[in-house]
Amino acid sequence: MGYTNQRQAYGNTLVELGKTDERIVVLDADLGGSTMGKLFEAEFPERHFEMGIAEADMTSVAAGLAQTGHIPFTNSFAVFSGGRAFDQIRQTIAIGKLNVKICGSSSGLSDFGDGATHQCVEDMAIFRAVPNMTVLCPADANETVEAVKAMVEMQGPCYIRLNRNDYENSTQEGVPFKIGEPVIMREGHDIALFAAGYMVHLALEAAEALKDKISVKVINVATIKPLNTEAVIAAAADCKAVVTAEEHNIRGGMGSAIAEALCKNPKPIEFVGMKDEFGCSAHNYKELLEHFGLTTKALIAAVEKMYNNY
Amino acid sequence: MGYSDELIRELEEKARKIRRDVIVSIGVGVAGHVGGSNSAADIVTALYFYKMKHDPKNPSMEDRDRFLLSKGHVGILQYSALAEAGYFPVDALEHTKELGSFLQGHPDVQKTPGIEAGTGSLGQGLSIGLGMALGQKLKKIDRKTYVLMGDGEIAEGQIWEAAMAAAAFHVDNLVAILDRNGLQANGPTKVRFNSGDLGAKFLSFGWHVIEINGHNMREILKALDDADQVKGVPTVIIANTVKGKGVSFAENVVGFHNGVLSQEQYEQALKELS
Repeated sequence: MGYTNQRQAYGNTLVELGKTDERIVVLDADLGGSTMGKLFEAEFPERHFEMGIAEADMTSVAAGLAQTGHIPFTNSFAVFSGGRAFDQIRQTIAIGKLNVKICGSSSGLSDFGDGATHQCVEDMAIFRAVPNMTVLCPADANETVEAVKAMVEMQGPCYIRLNRNDYENSTQEGVPFKIGEPVIMREGHDIALFAAGYMVHLALEAAEALKDKISVKVINVATIKPLNTEAVIAAAADCKAVVTAEEHNIRGGMGSAIAEALCKNPKPIEFVGMKDEFGCSAHNYKELLEHFGLTTKALIAAVEKMYNNY
Repeated sequence: MGYSDELIRELEEKARKIRRDVIVSIGVGVAGHVGGSNSAADIVTALYFYKMKHDPKNPSMEDRDRFLLSKGHVGILQYSALAEAGYFPVDALEHTKELGSFLQGHPDVQKTPGIEAGTGSLGQGLSIGLGMALGQKLKKIDRKTYVLMGDGEIAEGQIWEAAMAAAAFHVDNLVAILDRNGLQANGPTKVRFNSGDLGAKFLSFGWHVIEINGHNMREILKALDDADQVKGVPTVIIANTVKGKGVSFAENVVGFHNGVLSQEQYEQALKELS
């Protein structure tokens, strides 16, 4: 069935996979009602572990569960998953290549009301810098379903970044997720617009709005690491400039990964994202995205600027 | 339970060998953790050569007891025990920490047979052990997970996260052993922080608590066996120990937390342990 919320897609997919794969276990740190770990808890109480408000302990416990042949998923808000448990992830899980899956829920600005403390704009940079770590940022709920399946199939540590809010799907249901492969969502030959997460939706809107003036290729970068460098170079090859769009600091995230990939075949790049700044509270998601320039309008402006300047 | 004099003699002899291996691992002129290795050597010997079910020829055998060295800086102690048990040749020990060696400064699960998980960033082993104990229970493997902690290490808050969680999960297959040698890298532990009454702390969190002399082999064996009788709650064994035990010039000397041995000291240590 279709979902329009990544958390719902995540929680339900874990339940579906858990029905046939007893290795899957889920851990929460008192936020299961939000991360949707509660769905797994309701279905498989013996394979769900409520660890209390103790993310470091939760993460190391997951390491122990992985070493007894289980596939643990640890759930918390992105700020805590990577922030509070960084050392546990690095020391035991990443160095040991343990089969632990880490979920960063309510990432980016998507927890609009809670303010800077709960709005994670640095998780992709943090996880991308850790050797042995795979980093995923699915575009929408449909892609989240497939990404979770791919996480179970792959061996080793993996981080997945999810959005808190409802929005319509840009990707189709049931398309297998290929870790490492950027996906061309719309062909174009003037500007290559690489986007991650909810920004994919806005990127497609921007490309559609510009279609009579500028041909925009939209690429969904749902794997931040490992990233197929050749595919990135090929996607940008016929375009004269690049725009990247992410709900994350422009330092160290998806845009940086694209820039690294293109550094030997350079293209001018405009980075759209959080400009090395923290978020703040707002009454709704849309208002907050507008405040920080993460909108269709802002993407149109960035594409036009690159088109006119190069 | 009575333990034969022969058994005790054998284990004490093994512990002496392991302490000697530790000195060989450290060598001359390179820093190594002689203090914390030797304080826990008797406990680790009892685990590998008396208590635990494990198979050096098949380290990943599912039906095994597991040992986690939460105080990962004394990796050389665990390597010495693993080598004596036959996981790899004793000769390999002298190459510990050399570039390219499978024996790293801290335990590395990817490199060394017999290591259950990487440790060394202190305070995390009890949580990893809790996860393993839960995993063993899920798989209905009737085996234990033993976690060795240092008393300096317990300043890390995560130990207490795990201490609170473990009893709630009724993991009677988790046994924590606290090597209370009273010293840490930079001085006496009690001067650094006030850990209070540790037994009372664990007791209040719902643990079964046993306190022993960590160098008395009979007491160690009895504590480990008594832990088998405990149902529904985890056990902590508080082992009172002497840092550097067995090497006269290193006993209770802070500088030998991670000390360098001169050629003279190296030879003297080997002599005392022969």
